[in-house]
Amino acid sequence: MAATEPVYEVELSCAVNGEPVHVRVDTRESLLDLLRERLGVTGAKKGCDHGQCGACTVHLDGRRVVSCLTPAVQAAGADVTTVEGVAGPDGELHPLQQAFIDHDALQCGYCTPGQIMSGLACLAEGHAGDDDEVREYMSGNLCRCGAYAGIVAAVRAVAEQQGR
Amino acid sequence: MRPFAYTTAGTAVEAVAALAAAGPGARLLAGGTTLYDLMKLEIETPPAVVDVHRVADLAGFDTSGERELVFGAGARMADVAEDGRLRRDYPALTESLWRAASQQLRNMATLGGNLLQRTRCPYFRGGEPFACNKRRPGSGCAAQEGLDRSHALFGGSDDCIAVYPGDWATALVAFDAEVDVLGPGGARSLPLARLHREPGDTPQLEHTLEPGELITRIRVPVTPAGRGSAYLKIRDRESYAFALVSAAVALTVDGDGRVGECRIAVGGVATRPWRVPAAEQALRGQPVSDASARAAGEAAFAGARPGRHNAFKIELGTRTVADAVRVAAGRAVR
Repeated sequence: MAATEPVYEVELSCAVNGEPVHVRVDTRESLLDLLRERLGVTGAKKGCDHGQCGACTVHLDGRRVVSCLTPAVQAAGADVTTVEGVAGPDGELHPLQQAFIDHDALQCGYCTPGQIMSGLACLAEGHAGDDDEVREYMSGNLCRCGAYAGIVAAVRAVAEQQGR
Repeated sequence: MRPFAYTTAGTAVEAVAALAAAGPGARLLAGGTTLYDLMKLEIETPPAVVDVHRVADLAGFDTSGERELVFGAGARMADVAEDGRLRRDYPALTESLWRAASQQLRNMATLGGNLLQRTRCPYFRGGEPFACNKRRPGSGCAAQEGLDRSHALFGGSDDCIAVYPGDWATALVAFDAEVDVLGPGGARSLPLARLHREPGDTPQLEHTLEPGELITRIRVPVTPAGRGSAYLKIRDRESYAFALVSAAVALTVDGDGRVGECRIAVGGVATRPWRVPAAEQALRGQPVSDASARAAGEAAFAGARPGRHNAFKIELGTRTVADAVRVAAGRAVR
């Protein structure tokens, strides 16, 4: 392999909530920091910044990941979906967002964007069959207010609406 | 985080070439769930990384073979955990995957990367001012006189008692898995049981791969004991935590109710994936019963060397092995 200059910055193209993004990123930059600090997409939250709390959960090509442990360069060519991309075009809440309100599934709300993104994936994966399965497959999202009972109820309610 | 040079590879051959070109200290980046995390803490400070997360020829896996199961090192933990054939015929393997981490992390993390996941010892991850021979050779081991609740009962040394944290490798070692690697010198294979090193007086050396080598595949010989297998994991909370103790058990039960083939390994308690032949020997040929399951658990932990805060794991581990034996025997085809 021919010797090449070391690369510390990369031209990145991806889509965030359907909008094309072209940006130059430092190789150290996390997808979470890119979203929040550079693109102004602040729905995903920084909790622990070490993959332990789930507050930064987004979808990368339709799969839930923690954006704090995703180097931004790994989003090249990918579709990124954050909580901002969940509601309908006229602002109508997604059924899971409405279910979080109906089932009192939040208190302070800091973990909620991550809970919503994780809950949507939990439903899409088919892991919302009963309360125990929801607890297991939502265990990567911590809620320090302790709204877990409401979160489980909200995810299960949407699963039943969807006939899962 | 320290600056690092970044390259990507599209194939395993490209990855090995790029790693060689990137120079000393360069690291492979796959799911990033360990390496990128430790780079944020500046515990890992590679000058360069080669990104292999999209290497297509490592991504697949095949559980339909008549002689062996083949897993590409780049396959995602979440995808393999969902495999229907594996869930039915090797439940211990799928349980070791879905009981690890969170679904977000399992969507990111690869099978190969998971094998070389680094320890969760808080003195290793904590950085300065804590002494850690693994992080800074010769600095000492703060765990020896410190909080050793999460540390090893087996395979430790005066220089290091950090636990190997993985579940997948603990299950794989019970099944005599093999690992294929590719390096500058070509391809080779080794038993998974020889991939990880005990710390001895060089705890900074955790595996037997040569510099520049890449894990390409993991292979598991087909066995009827797969059907009668279980991976039990006891944690401080019900889900999403590292094991206090775990047990992988795989066995067959013959016509008169006695254990035939028998494979047992324990996790969360040793410095590397830890097979326990004494427990296998204790159970083989015995009728399946609470007493024989308990005896296997006691044999597994007979040589334990606890520190100050982790002696509770001996009884906990004994019971975990015994429970895993009962679950595995209940699943076994008779």
